[in-house]
Amino acid sequence: MPILEMAAKFGVYAVMGVILIFALGVVTLRNLFHCALCLAAALIGIASIYVVLQAEYLAGVQILLYVGAVVTLVIFAIMLTEHLAGKTVRQNNSQSPLAIMALLGFMALIGTVIVKTPWPVTPAALASKVSVMGLGKALMGAYVFPFEVISILLIAVLVGTVIIAKKDTPERS
Amino acid sequence: MIVLPLSHILIFSLLLFAIGLYGALVRRNIIGILISIELMLNAANVNLIAFSKYTSLAPETGQIFAFFVIALAAAAAAVGLAIVLALYRIRKTVYTDEVNLLKW
Amino acid sequence: MIPPMLRGIEFNVDMIFVTAKAWILSLLAQFLPAWLLVLASIVISGVVILCLGPVIMMYLTLLERKLLGRIQNRYGPNRVGKWGLLQPIADGIKMFTKEDIVPANADKIVHLLAPIVIVVPALMVFLVVPFGERMTAVNLNIGLLFFIAVSSITILPIFMGSWASRNKYSLLGGMRTAAQMISYEIPMTLAVVPAIMMSQSLSTNTIVLSQVGDYDLHWYIFTPWGIVGFIVFFLCATAECNRPPFDLPEAESELVAGFHTEYSGMKFALFYMAEYMNAFTLCAIAATLFLGGWQGPFLPSWLWFFGKTFLLICVMIWFRGTFPRFRVDHLMGFAWKFLLPLTLLNILLTALWQFTSNLAAWFWSILILGISLWTLVKLNRTFVPEKRHYPMGN
Repeated sequence: MPILEMAAKFGVYAVMGVILIFALGVVTLRNLFHCALCLAAALIGIASIYVVLQAEYLAGVQILLYVGAVVTLVIFAIMLTEHLAGKTVRQNNSQSPLAIMALLGFMALIGTVIVKTPWPVTPAALASKVSVMGLGKALMGAYVFPFEVISILLIAVLVGTVIIAKKDTPERS
Repeated sequence: MIVLPLSHILIFSLLLFAIGLYGALVRRNIIGILISIELMLNAANVNLIAFSKYTSLAPETGQIFAFFVIALAAAAAAVGLAIVLALYRIRKTVYTDEVNLLKW
Repeated sequence: MIPPMLRGIEFNVDMIFVTAKAWILSLLAQFLPAWLLVLASIVISGVVILCLGPVIMMYLTLLERKLLGRIQNRYGPNRVGKWGLLQPIADGIKMFTKEDIVPANADKIVHLLAPIVIVVPALMVFLVVPFGERMTAVNLNIGLLFFIAVSSITILPIFMGSWASRNKYSLLGGMRTAAQMISYEIPMTLAVVPAIMMSQSLSTNTIVLSQVGDYDLHWYIFTPWGIVGFIVFFLCATAECNRPPFDLPEAESELVAGFHTEYSGMKFALFYMAEYMNAFTLCAIAATLFLGGWQGPFLPSWLWFFGKTFLLICVMIWFRGTFPRFRVDHLMGFAWKFLLPLTLLNILLTALWQFTSNLAAWFWSILILGISLWTLVKLNRTFVPEKRHYPMGN
């Protein structure tokens, strides 16, 4: 059904465009809360790109961890450090034109590299499917060492976050 | 399976990375910088998954790498936001150019 | 289980919705091209879910008010239609015609978007609920992960609603709600891990099918880890829907109305609808994972499914009529210091059960569970805050 495939391709390009618009919203909006919401929308869009690339488990994990936890954390931090009646402050520092020029150059360079390199796209790789069971076996088999290391790192991060963000309790006389 | 050319997905992730980098370079609010960093990490993840789908012989590798990047990004966001909270409690500001006591 | 004579008849009633959809599609196939038929099949499933969700929510509100009234020794609503059956329609008309008040200082776009965004995940999770045999709308092979991930998006519109209202009560209520929801999400996710371990799949249909057994004794609730997992999941589900006794965020006597203080009319109706649809889907998933889903003798599968789900919803309504509200530090302590270690122990128990599945396993499981529960209760002693002294000036 070629018309459905064309519609699906159009849909994927449309989703990519919408993600880029939300990403522009993240870096240019004045109200920080709106930026966090645009970030959540962009992350949900990226999860749908993962589904297109047949990495559905990663899409579920992205929504659960990024949108459900990291964006919540960011919004908590915004709520604890912003004033309710937000006066509009300038939110760009003075490096904006220089950054734009440098980034345009960077994009042109890397874009040329991307388009000109003959990437080794193999039909075997295109046809392969990853099952959740395969991911579990890989995580517990070949990649068990980084798995354990990251669990230690997460414990360190938990303890460190609590200690840094804790209020200093005043001494009782 | 929708077959987009690999270069299209790579250009998309390049644009996303460039937008995130612009945000990290230009924003004054520390939390704004942190969320731009999250965008950059996501662009890298999209790259990883695209390569693992199109060119790799062990397709689990890309996804597992992406898991670890997500976990590390969450850890970095947590610690960064804890530091922002501590800074706000002392300096009452979250703008990078107002935290300049050590400037000579 | 089923006598061979009745098999044919029961199979047809069981499959009545599936055959109805196939019949409609065969009718449409005569004058639609193939690709439009695919879209038509998606549209039919979508329309059914979009109609099913709000109708279930409407009659759930009526069920709650009648049951709550009976628990409190009074009739529920019984004026509008026989037994109050038209009461939800009257409520709907009221909600539609109420004035939509937006605070002058509110963030207009985000204030409008919050109730819209909260209904979307509540409806999306209907896609992976197995309503009957072969009646899952989308049989994803990561169904349960989809369910948990999408229901964790619900936290964002609560923040949006509370922040955009520019109201201190809303903000406090919103932050408490968000803290409660993320705290109870972790034991909820860990409590379903044993069911995933034993059925070795994330697909909800496969989890139901792996509970097939003789005389329905293979349901996961009839195992020690299943009982613990079910109780923990049900408590976390009650907390995720912000239902009493976990309803401090919308405590009417404390916080005016929490994060939906400033909402009136249709927007409040959307928040209300999202809460009840969440309650329904969480009870449905609890029935799927632990109570055997759509299995049962003699009656069609979808009837068993709805029966089990409504039983669990009645238990939730019973909780509402019986328990007082949790204090906020008790709420958080319960999730982090009691439920979370219990779920981690539950995963260990499941692993032990998988390797020694006989009578001795019951003995060891109950021993380990007993010791750990006793330890957790002892370690979670609630404390009385020290008495404050307010020195009087002399």
